[in-house]
Amino acid sequence: MKLIFEKSVAGRHCDVLGKCDVDYAPLPEEFCRESKPLLPEMSEVDVSRHYTELNHRVHGVNCGFYPLGSCTMKYNPRVDEDIAGLKGFAGIHPLAPADTVKGCREVIDTAGKYLCEISGMDAMTFQPAAGAHGEFTGVLLIKQYHDKRGDTARTKIIVPDSAHGTNPATAAMCGYKVVNIPSAPNGCVDLDALRAVLGPDTAGLMLTNPNTVGIFDENILEITRLVHEAGGLCYYDGANLNAIMGVVRPGDMGFDCIHMNLHKTFATPHGGGGPGAGAVGCKAFLKEFLPASALMDGAKDRIQIRSFAGNFLVLVRALTYITTLGKEGIPEASQNAVLNANYLMRQIEGTFDLAYDRICMHEFVLDVASYKKETGLSALDVAKSLIDYGMHPPTMYFPLIVHEALMLEPTETETKETLDWTADVFRAVYERGKVDPEYIHGSPHCAQIKRPDEVMASRNPVVRWTPQE
Amino acid sequence: MNYPTELKYSKTHEWLTMDGDVAVIGISDFAQDALGDVVFINLPEVGDDVFAGEPFGDVESVKAVSDLVSPVTGTVCAINEVLLDAPEALNEDCYEAWIIKVEGVTQTEDLLDATEYEEFCATEE
Amino acid sequence: MSYVPSTPEQRQEMLRAVGVSDYKELYRDVPADMLLTKPLNLPEGKSELETVRIMTEIAEKNTVFPTILRGAGAYDHYIPAVVRSIPAKEEFLTAYTPYQAEMSQGVLQSIFEYQTMICEITGMDVANASVYDGATASAEAAAMCRDRKRRVTLISGAAHPDVISTVRTYCYGTGDELRIVPAKDGKTDLAALKEMLGDDIASFIGQQPTFYGQFEPAEKIAALVHEAGAMYVMNCNPIALGIMKTPRAFGADVAVGEGQPLGLPMGFGGPYLGFMATTTKYMRKLPGRIVGQTVDSEGERAYVLALQAREQHIRREKASSNICSNEALCALTAAVYLSVMGPDGLAEAARQSMAKAHYLADALTAIPGVSLVYDGPYFHEFVTTLPDKEKVLAALQDAGILGGLPIDEGVLWCATEKVSKADLDRAVEIVKEVLA
Repeated sequence: MKLIFEKSVAGRHCDVLGKCDVDYAPLPEEFCRESKPLLPEMSEVDVSRHYTELNHRVHGVNCGFYPLGSCTMKYNPRVDEDIAGLKGFAGIHPLAPADTVKGCREVIDTAGKYLCEISGMDAMTFQPAAGAHGEFTGVLLIKQYHDKRGDTARTKIIVPDSAHGTNPATAAMCGYKVVNIPSAPNGCVDLDALRAVLGPDTAGLMLTNPNTVGIFDENILEITRLVHEAGGLCYYDGANLNAIMGVVRPGDMGFDCIHMNLHKTFATPHGGGGPGAGAVGCKAFLKEFLPASALMDGAKDRIQIRSFAGNFLVLVRALTYITTLGKEGIPEASQNAVLNANYLMRQIEGTFDLAYDRICMHEFVLDVASYKKETGLSALDVAKSLIDYGMHPPTMYFPLIVHEALMLEPTETETKETLDWTADVFRAVYERGKVDPEYIHGSPHCAQIKRPDEVMASRNPVVRWTPQE
Repeated sequence: MNYPTELKYSKTHEWLTMDGDVAVIGISDFAQDALGDVVFINLPEVGDDVFAGEPFGDVESVKAVSDLVSPVTGTVCAINEVLLDAPEALNEDCYEAWIIKVEGVTQTEDLLDATEYEEFCATEE
Repeated sequence: MSYVPSTPEQRQEMLRAVGVSDYKELYRDVPADMLLTKPLNLPEGKSELETVRIMTEIAEKNTVFPTILRGAGAYDHYIPAVVRSIPAKEEFLTAYTPYQAEMSQGVLQSIFEYQTMICEITGMDVANASVYDGATASAEAAAMCRDRKRRVTLISGAAHPDVISTVRTYCYGTGDELRIVPAKDGKTDLAALKEMLGDDIASFIGQQPTFYGQFEPAEKIAALVHEAGAMYVMNCNPIALGIMKTPRAFGADVAVGEGQPLGLPMGFGGPYLGFMATTTKYMRKLPGRIVGQTVDSEGERAYVLALQAREQHIRREKASSNICSNEALCALTAAVYLSVMGPDGLAEAARQSMAKAHYLADALTAIPGVSLVYDGPYFHEFVTTLPDKEKVLAALQDAGILGGLPIDEGVLWCATEKVSKADLDRAVEIVKEVLA
């Protein structure tokens, strides 16, 4: 389809503002723009139709199955959108006087209380704008804690090799050296490997539990105990919180701080890549290190990780969601997320290998390695062929410890019918690949595009439109 | 796979040859094959010091990045600027496409000859 | 209510298929003494209607000001209806990151178009798909300018306090130094800047217009910064870019800014949009996602996430940024806004905002005791002295007007195209009455 710039017609426009009712003020010559930007010149109907056409080339979770492991693609309730759109939230200036923003404060306080209860933490900040941003905040809490105690020898953060890439990247942004430890064969933390690296230089450990292969680490108390014994702190990556809400709490596992992805666990829409929100919780002894805003809170001696109070309207959606679910709905969501994952895993069993054949949490990993040996088809080929069925593929090639990984997370908002259909699709792809691997290798066959040339995109990057001469 | 016998190899898959006092360093056929299509290379600057066993740059494919590890300690005296615009040269002929030249070499890692390296690669697969 | 669709019978059937008798058994790996023994201390679940009542009541505890004369990093511009409706479409709204290009061309193309628009308004060659906000964009820019030899970042004291504070925090993270160049007359003190530049300085971050609304002599700054071998990061207001010289033309190496004015609601601070653009030379140093154009196996034009080897999911601890989720939907909103406004509409929003601010400033400073604190050219914000600040602002508040922001230097006012002459006259009348 055409780019919006290719639909632009000189002189066409939307009349949005009308005439100015005061005199214009002249901008001194030295500050004036030399030529107009090449923005599209369009009527409103042109714009509307262009974006509607683009929208038809997008797959959202509210449109179809989206089992993208570790991303918790659950249904995003529409009522949450309505609430976030209320003038009483959307129309509020972040620097309005305190007595005019009591409702906003109530949202922050109430959501903070609820999320502390769910996570087992004592205090919460909503300044982080995403999960990775929350990790950054959490590890900065650890850094400030050690710094304040003058414990400057702690220069290392321990990260399992199964971790999300954001964990080591975060530790590096906080000035720490990353110590990767290998996982045990069951994907959990290898206690001996952990003991071997703990010491007076340990600042902390970053961990997801259930871990990135979808297994709850039964040694979790021993893990956090060992880290604390060495003088380090434990950071909980909340990417997989959707498995355990109302069942078990990170705070009770021995973690000192945590981030939660409101755009995963608490059903706020991900908007094609963001905005998210990464609420960060901590135990009382770390509260003094939480971030604040220099301008909004007048806090010049605190850390600050973005402007104002964070992605507030995302928080409004999450609070709406928690209010709807309540004390029964929260654990019900997690329990059914786990049930759906286990059910789907057992329905798919007998086709692609299960990387770990045991009860899983909210997600599970398929290992396509033996199938690849047999047919020549990789996890990528299998993923692409699913697109022809109108299903978003699972997460591919993650975690790194399973080389031909496909990671599925169905979430609690999928029906048994969808899960049964999914298993049928996997079986169909599996069988077809055995007899006609070329067909699967050439997939997708009926998608928006065929497989794109990614090498060309990175070798000779074209990252903006330029007008043809 | 092709492993010219006149070169020495490291276990991190770089090759080395001495041109007089100057060490010439590149990546092996095994490395370029494992990487797949190379899309970009990060190189040091002339005058930078490199250290035996330490990374001096990296190569990117679409979905991976691998460190380039120096087999010697010394000072970079030339970089192959062709690779900055045409990294595919590493895939086309990795022995022609040298990456850096190092002078003032004070230390060299223990390296493998072609036969040893080929055996080593067989265990890596 | 939990949005779980399976019926009680289906749940039983599924439990049986998994080979367990109840949910508890699914959690057999969790040590028993760690399991919660009582329900969470949360209210009971609510129906949709009940939830709407509760949340609406909370929203009503906030005051919605019909007239807003406050900016300082969040701006009340007019948002055309279509700019609200398009990003609310179910597909755009509920998609994840476009990892699977074959079923995400709509998101990818929209980002490619957004990148192009950001390049056009900033005069740069390449933009990323967004970061969290203007403050983090500045902090990320500081990181991309650092190399092994140059580690210190300078930032203008005339930049937004939250930007300074955020950059300081990011520098604290990596253990790098941030030095603040003092402000003078609401702008960067050039003499101080010159003094502070040196061969350890990686970049200077300035804001255009400044936090105080002043245009600063950016070309002179660029010359000084470049002479010292450092990079110039300009944090700029995107509405101003409709009429203002581009950061590229001023001589900046990296252009960043807060994209909220481009069609995003103030929303008590977020979600907002950090835009980042630079020249081809520094393309691979940009953090975050970048969409590139390519072809598919049949030669048709297609879009993909390009240059991914820069990012955390591949480079892990060697990535320069940990950013993963960005503000894609906000970037889409900004792109729709820029498409609806077009080059002339954007310029008009800028001119009208500037016009209203100058009209307001002229009227306010005609009141005895009120005068401009800085006398340089300004865009749509300005600082005045104001006797009896609290009393005046309270009187405005009672009349449904959010007045300027009280700061140490006086009161920082802002006007946009959204306020009418009548609104401004009414506000000035109230100030006059209180001070009379």
